[in-house]
Amino acid sequence: MGSEPGTAGTPGAKLISADAAVGRAVQDGMTLMVGGFGLVGAPLTLIRALNASPRKDLTIISNNLGEPGKALGQTLRLGKVRRGIGSFFTSNPEVAEARERGELQITLIPQGTLSEAIRAGGAGLGGFYTPTGVGTLLAEGKEVREIGGKLCLLQEPLRADVALVRAHKADRLGNLVYYKTARNFNPMMATAADVVIAEVDEVVEAGGLDPEAISTPHLFVDYLVLAEERL
Amino acid sequence: MNEKELIASRAAALLRPGWVVNLGIGIPTMVTRFVDRDSVWFQTENGLLGVGPPPEPDRLDPNLVDAGKRPVTERPGASYFDSATSFAMIRGGHVDAVVLGALQVDERGRVANWAIPGEPVLGVGGAMDLMSGARNVIVVMTHTTKDGSSKLVRECSLPLTSLRPVTWIVTELATFQADGAGLALVECAPGVSPETVRAKTAARYRELVPRGRDGAA
Repeated sequence: MGSEPGTAGTPGAKLISADAAVGRAVQDGMTLMVGGFGLVGAPLTLIRALNASPRKDLTIISNNLGEPGKALGQTLRLGKVRRGIGSFFTSNPEVAEARERGELQITLIPQGTLSEAIRAGGAGLGGFYTPTGVGTLLAEGKEVREIGGKLCLLQEPLRADVALVRAHKADRLGNLVYYKTARNFNPMMATAADVVIAEVDEVVEAGGLDPEAISTPHLFVDYLVLAEERL
Repeated sequence: MNEKELIASRAAALLRPGWVVNLGIGIPTMVTRFVDRDSVWFQTENGLLGVGPPPEPDRLDPNLVDAGKRPVTERPGASYFDSATSFAMIRGGHVDAVVLGALQVDERGRVANWAIPGEPVLGVGGAMDLMSGARNVIVVMTHTTKDGSSKLVRECSLPLTSLRPVTWIVTELATFQADGAGLALVECAPGVSPETVRAKTAARYRELVPRGRDGAA
């Protein structure tokens, strides 16, 4: 995490290629967080590099697994995903097929619980209690407690080895600014992994971003990659 | 007006000026056609408060969509936020109403709307969070399934979305209100009699609809 030896005095993220970032950070069997709500806000260039790499047996924490053959949908099609943790896999019918064949495990978490579990993972919390899902199929195996007269479920935090996130602009330190509804899960994921790689449209000099507009301060970001693939 | 438009228009009439409203996919999205967009703030859980109408084709921005992934615009005063903040709004009781579709509603007002019969259960999205946290839940659905059976049932045979009862159920035949005591018929659609509603409804309910108005012959 953070700057490597030899970069003392110039803290912040390194601008490298997508292939180099994925090659350096991702190993077989790792857990990855991947930003996006469908393809909107998904780091398409980093996912392309992941798909071109030999990495496999991955656990992917993401709201969806792309669309058939697109982005994480292609990662799935290449047989690289062992487990998916998210809220909505219905938009890619190949998820059901891979699960049917016994190649893919799916853990379904309500979207609000998923985003908060990632936030909790990044914030160093041991989890939280939520009323969402009480009494439903998704409550199975979860601790229930009555808090303030309301039944709540314990949700443990989520963390990952590597997060692949998409932002709009970065400065050379790794401060990030997001764009419209492409923000979604990205800011939380940028806090909840050991290594964070951010794909951006543009990198400016430090001081080139309005400090009031920065959503992800640079200490969370390890590598920057310029976007080559866009929606 | 077709059946779905009728349902959407009656649901729209339940929204109050100034409310923050989240719309589900399907009939709920049609609600926007029947409300003054300046009187209600639409929130979409993928991170926008102040959803505006669809863009002109030449103004389409692929990074500006609603939760159904349809292109939208931002109205003046709109704000963007991350998913955790969005669901803090929803779970935390800051959203006045959600309008969502359902497969079944039981006579206690509980909804089943996330698991489809005969298909693997692979998507829940924000349905459970919205059901647990929105101040008012408005279910919009056709009164019966394609084979004619009532979607208002005594007991849901499909997996429940939440134990929390909804506030209103709007179908093409009637509007029901749900509370701790169960369901109450509060309005019949134009030209529909309370007898017709009763004949097509499997769930038990109280009748609070004024006779001689609306559908009564």
